[in-house]
Amino acid sequence: MADLEYLGMNKFKKFCYRTKNSFVEFPYKISNFFKTIPHKLKNSFKKVGSSLSEFADALIYGDWKTRLSFVFFGFGNIVHKQYLRGFLFLLYEIVFAFYMIGFGGQYISKFSTLGTVATVTLDNGFKKVGDNSFNILLYGVLTIFIIFCTIIVWISSVRQAYNSQRMTEINKKLSYGRDDLKNLGNKYYHTTLLSLPFVGLVIFTIVPLIFMIFVAFTNYNNLHLPPEKLFTWVGFSNFSTLISGNGLSGGDSEKFAYTFRIVLLWTIVWAVLATFSNYFIGMVVAIIINKKGIKFKKFWRTCLVTTIAVPQFVSLLLMSKMLATDGIYNVIITKLGGNAVRWLLDPSIAKCTVLLVNLWVGVPYTVLSCTGILMNIPDDLYEAARIDGANPYKMFTRITLPYMNFVMGPSLISAFVGNINNFNIIYLLTGGGPSYDVNMVATAGQTDLLITWLYKLTVNDQSYDMASVIGIFVFIIVALASLLTYSKIGSVKNEEDFQ
Amino acid sequence: MNYLNRKASKNVGAKVRRIIFNALLYIFLIVLVIFWVFPFFYLIIQSIRGDTVGLSTTMFPEGFNYTLQNYVKLFTDSNYNFFTWYLNTLFISVVVSIVQTIVVLMTAYTLSRLRFKGRKGLMKFMLIIGMFPGFLSMIAIYKILQTIGLSTSVFGLILVYISGSMMGYYISKGFFDTISKSLDEAAEIDGASKNVIFWKIILPLSKPIIIYTILVSFIGPWGDFMMANYLVGRAEKTSWTVAIGLQQWLTPTNSGLYFTRFCAGAVFVSVPIVILFFFLQRYYVEGITGGAVKG
Repeated sequence: MADLEYLGMNKFKKFCYRTKNSFVEFPYKISNFFKTIPHKLKNSFKKVGSSLSEFADALIYGDWKTRLSFVFFGFGNIVHKQYLRGFLFLLYEIVFAFYMIGFGGQYISKFSTLGTVATVTLDNGFKKVGDNSFNILLYGVLTIFIIFCTIIVWISSVRQAYNSQRMTEINKKLSYGRDDLKNLGNKYYHTTLLSLPFVGLVIFTIVPLIFMIFVAFTNYNNLHLPPEKLFTWVGFSNFSTLISGNGLSGGDSEKFAYTFRIVLLWTIVWAVLATFSNYFIGMVVAIIINKKGIKFKKFWRTCLVTTIAVPQFVSLLLMSKMLATDGIYNVIITKLGGNAVRWLLDPSIAKCTVLLVNLWVGVPYTVLSCTGILMNIPDDLYEAARIDGANPYKMFTRITLPYMNFVMGPSLISAFVGNINNFNIIYLLTGGGPSYDVNMVATAGQTDLLITWLYKLTVNDQSYDMASVIGIFVFIIVALASLLTYSKIGSVKNEEDFQ
Repeated sequence: MNYLNRKASKNVGAKVRRIIFNALLYIFLIVLVIFWVFPFFYLIIQSIRGDTVGLSTTMFPEGFNYTLQNYVKLFTDSNYNFFTWYLNTLFISVVVSIVQTIVVLMTAYTLSRLRFKGRKGLMKFMLIIGMFPGFLSMIAIYKILQTIGLSTSVFGLILVYISGSMMGYYISKGFFDTISKSLDEAAEIDGASKNVIFWKIILPLSKPIIIYTILVSFIGPWGDFMMANYLVGRAEKTSWTVAIGLQQWLTPTNSGLYFTRFCAGAVFVSVPIVILFFFLQRYYVEGITGGAVKG
């Protein structure tokens, strides 16, 4: 269709045309995405290949010093008088050897079965300690990680030895310990700054996370609790329990699937409603406060900001008591002649209440950020619109709203993600309740989100396997939401534009 | 004459309409503010009422019975020692906010200014890691802390809060990205190393974002309930944080005995943050909009 034809259409037709187009383009987008995968794979293989080929060169062309570095890390560096690097490599190898012999080896060898010898209580009352599946899985993951690191260190040690050999052959100056130390503040400054935080990230975030992802493929639940009992790999059966209701988890399978559907639906409904209600109401309030002719701007804003300043757990716990059946809100309502409202006890009212309280908590944030942006909209835009005879409503929909959407777009996504994981508001306000649906898994309630259900499954039920599966689903939802939107945001792609 | 009159009356009409409209807006704002501030007003009144210690159905105490006893008890009751929790939380928050600020700034600077192999990969990796619900890893973290003997102590909690702080680099990186790179280049020509550039040039220019990071990383542990409850909730009462303690006072069995004391404690917990906020509000707004405005 020609551009002119498109311009000649009315609004509704344009909308239909665009909608149609986006559907038409969708398969292409998907196929393009998959078409780029082999390309990316090829590139990454190339990269790996080039570093490996250097590694192989070291074996073929290296002298005995370099070849000895295959066994003793850093040997090549030491003989070329790069003592600092050399001894660090050697130290790493020694520590690694001790770790594997004294700690890691026993776990990694049992990793494929997660232990075979259960702990048994003997006749005389003593316990014969067997394998602990939990430790095997956790430290197995850690050990795999460490082995992976060792391979990288090994390769780089050999490459450096070979490099030093070649440098001496052509009489080039090597980088000695003193230069290395100096370079830590300059050329290798990223290593200096990031290595310690990264180690923390690995130990306390990445390894536990990988562990929990693995747990999703085991039957680690209250029937298989270490150290008394063993758990083992079960493949994808937890996933099929949750999705279709036929898996290993005994009679509760169908309940799990039913509960999952309800909780998932409510989580998404909640996240969408909470995000958009917050955004629009916050924006309207911000516009009113910033309107010309409204006085005491600072006072209004300050009153709202108090809610941000008070810690969330305080305000939410307080709210939960104020909204109780005989809480202060109901007292006021009955005094005014109304009937007491079952704020947190009736399923559908409780859902509305949660959304309302979320407004109470969230609108001030939106007001704060919108205020800053509203002040940034150039005044001459409005001036021009006024001269052209636009009414306030038109100005709002044609100037303010598009501008805000443009600027607030990225933070809307993070708000959406934050709402999916909004633990505090549900757990502290309703505790997930009310729950009187007999078909649901006992602990899940009507207002439970995936994240609070996950919490209850781990803390109350010890169904770690199902909790992990749910965690993976939360990840998938969040990742999809981010993928769909991040690619459209220019600021993510062109980070260098601003420097 | 007639024409002028008509114009004047039209003006008056517009003016009246504007006044009515503004009045409506004022009413709306007043209602809004009442709804927003009422819970805190209620909180303060409950914290100083003397006629009951439990959850009461009346707004004001009977017979003008106000007292400061609830506040005094916070510090004197040896069974539920609020003061210890308070010190714990303060200690945790201060340590976390210092370390986390340093880590976040270092990471943000590295990712914004230094070019090294794997930089983009690292950023993507952290983005993906951040999409998993953080609580998921708590069971394993608890075990790791048990292994090093910190599972029930305040220090374990500090470690947990700090360990992931690298991933909060995003907003600070956005800020560093806006500082002109020619500054770095000029300094480099004068012989400054990256280390010197970071401490002597970039950091002094980044006051707003430093204050924002300190504020946010202080408030995080101060108001955290989920992690704290899982890690130290089952430990001795002396290693609790205020969030756990206050929540314990509101369980169905306790709220009849401790509600007013909860309110007193809540006021006590909120005051430092409110004060901090009023002084640093400007930086906070700059922080939350700063990342967005450049979009």
